[in-house]
Amino acid sequence: MGLTFQSTKSTALKDLFKIEKTDDRYVIALAGNPNTGKSTVFNVLTGLHQHTGNWPGKTVVNAKGQFTYNEKEFILVDLPGTYSIFASSVEEEVARDFLCFGNPDAVIVVVDATCLERNLNLVYQVMELTNNVILCINLIDEARKKNIIIDSKGISEELGIPVVPCAARKGLGIKELKDTIYKVCEKKIVPSPKTVIYDQIIEDRLKIIQPLVEEILSKGERINGAKTHNGINTGTGINSRWLALRILDGDKKLLDSICSNLSIDVCILQDKLKNKLIDILGESGYAGLASDGIKRKALRDLISESIYKRAEIIKEKYVREDKNKLNRDRIVDNYITSKGFGIPLMILLLCIILWITIKGANYPSSVIADFLFKIEDKLTLWFKNMNFPEWLHGLLILGIYRTVAWVVSVMLPPMAIFFPLFTILEDLGYLPRVAFNLDHLFKKACAHGKQCLTMCMGFGCNAAGVIACRIIDSPREKLIATLTNNFVPCNGRFPTLIAISMVFLAVNGGSSLILSVLSVAGLIVLGIFITLLVSYLLSKTILKGIPSTFTLELPPYRMPQIGRVLYTSIIDRTIFVLSRAITVAAPAGAITWLMANIQVGNSSILNHIAVFIDPFAKFIGLDGFIITAFILGLPANEIVLPILLMSYLSTGSMIEFESIESLREILLDNGWTYLTALNTMLFSLLHWPCGTTILTIKKETGSWKWTALGVLIPTVVAITICFITATIFRIFFRIFNF
Amino acid sequence: MSRLNDIPAGNHAIVKDLLSDGMLRERMLAIGLTKGARIEVVRHGPSGDPTVYNIRGAMIALRKEEASLVLVTPC
Repeated sequence: MGLTFQSTKSTALKDLFKIEKTDDRYVIALAGNPNTGKSTVFNVLTGLHQHTGNWPGKTVVNAKGQFTYNEKEFILVDLPGTYSIFASSVEEEVARDFLCFGNPDAVIVVVDATCLERNLNLVYQVMELTNNVILCINLIDEARKKNIIIDSKGISEELGIPVVPCAARKGLGIKELKDTIYKVCEKKIVPSPKTVIYDQIIEDRLKIIQPLVEEILSKGERINGAKTHNGINTGTGINSRWLALRILDGDKKLLDSICSNLSIDVCILQDKLKNKLIDILGESGYAGLASDGIKRKALRDLISESIYKRAEIIKEKYVREDKNKLNRDRIVDNYITSKGFGIPLMILLLCIILWITIKGANYPSSVIADFLFKIEDKLTLWFKNMNFPEWLHGLLILGIYRTVAWVVSVMLPPMAIFFPLFTILEDLGYLPRVAFNLDHLFKKACAHGKQCLTMCMGFGCNAAGVIACRIIDSPREKLIATLTNNFVPCNGRFPTLIAISMVFLAVNGGSSLILSVLSVAGLIVLGIFITLLVSYLLSKTILKGIPSTFTLELPPYRMPQIGRVLYTSIIDRTIFVLSRAITVAAPAGAITWLMANIQVGNSSILNHIAVFIDPFAKFIGLDGFIITAFILGLPANEIVLPILLMSYLSTGSMIEFESIESLREILLDNGWTYLTALNTMLFSLLHWPCGTTILTIKKETGSWKWTALGVLIPTVVAITICFITATIFRIFFRIFNF
Repeated sequence: MSRLNDIPAGNHAIVKDLLSDGMLRERMLAIGLTKGARIEVVRHGPSGDPTVYNIRGAMIALRKEEASLVLVTPC
């Protein structure tokens, strides 16, 4: 990409921390475990004053929002949901870097009232990093329903920080939270966190290192002659005890991060520290510091253990649970994750969702198409009246407008139905259970159970499926899911598959209709099989070295919030995917039109290409026009069939077929056989991803290498499979002399 | 000492040690699989694996491979 590590890093961080601070404006960070309702707290605090994007240079979502309270402005930064900030994953790294170098005026840690013990781990970690911590105990209503009573005053005293219980979904406690944020920022409340005291062996070492760190940090300020750098206070921004712990820990990544974020040269800091320590302890004593009894692994263990011990004590003291109360979630899980019901229930639900999507999308799809094509007629009329040249009308209306209209009318309705339904299941807490039920299948393919969710998403749209791979927190399995998502047919390919299978299998209607349904179903099964096979091969070859972890949290069941569901699924998914599709479709429409209409010699460019590819295409049981249509259909799979018809009929612009019967005639006239039909369907199922998906793979993986693989793998698979079927057909022909 | 995956559903066990490394170990510590933690084996998946554990109040599913890296004593 021509960008050096240094330059990407520095611009990234500049952007990240470029939140202008004034006397009337504060920056607040929002941290928390996954599934704590952190985003609900964020939404309730900021309302609609927010925007999302990715963390610079990282493929982790970054949401920023703002609100005003008592005439002060608060910028709220939503950190990724993490269990810890030891930076063992990208999310944790992002969270830690912002807490370290973003210099927020206060940090709110959102915790789940029904799972306080686990959540307190993060609270303690954050308290070590900064003093201005506010604890927001969310889902207090849910806890009450489960007969869990929490003494938040007691916890506040125990932790030394303000604690606000709230139920963000109902808006309870939000005013108190705002008030507390205000008071902490204005120094009306000064939290003094009581951090964990570690084992003697660690504390002894800290006593030696911490003063040195302090000294060097303050010197760093003077060396550079400036108190602030990029708006970050270099000297006091970092807690010296925390940094001392990390040095003891030998956290190389963090020290590098400090190097690039603060103007103090931490390499010098480390050297200095080393020298000082050697001065004090002697050569052997220094060496012992790192290895004497506590190795790094053991040190991390001790730290986590001590923190969790504190968390246990707090839970014992301040949380009262009624253990006799029947656990509703467990009863539900008895069915949903049971041997007998689990999988049938899941298949039933998926069928219902697909059925609602396909049925429900038909009508709005045709309404939108009618509307948009009526506008096309109006535009054509207007172009004629204005006496614009024919080519301009062709390029703008028949090329660009028609393609975009096509993409919008085919993609919008199913996405607007499918995504909300999916989000409801997500909010309900059902999706992790599906991943749980199916994990054993995916495990055999060396993939993650959650991949089935990204595949389901792929039925709606592969680009959305690729984005959904974010939910897989294990690096290797995430890549596998990203690279293979394309093997499930999206709703842009379904119409093509259905149309072709109808043409060749259902001409007589009745029973053969079932045959065509079965053939499409068979293709889906084949797609799933190929997905698993490729997943297996990938993890055994290219992705072998990439780390893999499997932990899957099954959050409590929760009532979905319909408003939020609509918002996130419409704004975040539908509009996002659609706009990306349109940006690719518009220029592609123009190119297609040009290629079909510019004549070289006595035929169009499109024709020349098709003729050129034809021998190869015939070899794999297709023809030149089909492959050309797939290439030109790169921006969106739904335009493949229209392009094909355009080239067969040499109309110069895309057309929709009138009826299955007329489509059949056109295809048969152009030499289609059962093999052509089968291979076109196979090629459609297996070929390279559409432009939108390719762009999304690039965005999500941040690497051209993986993007190239994401294109290459399906292409090779599609060609291979088509070659195999074509060869089998040919052999049959020879033997039986058809 | 036994491994967490050998504990039958419905039973409890106390964590003694972790055999995992790197990122997986970090993750295990982060979710609370620290020495002395009391884990409840909640249920097995439809085909016996993965298994849901109640770890510090949260329901976490672990595969056999991961669970076998957690040394425990039954209680």
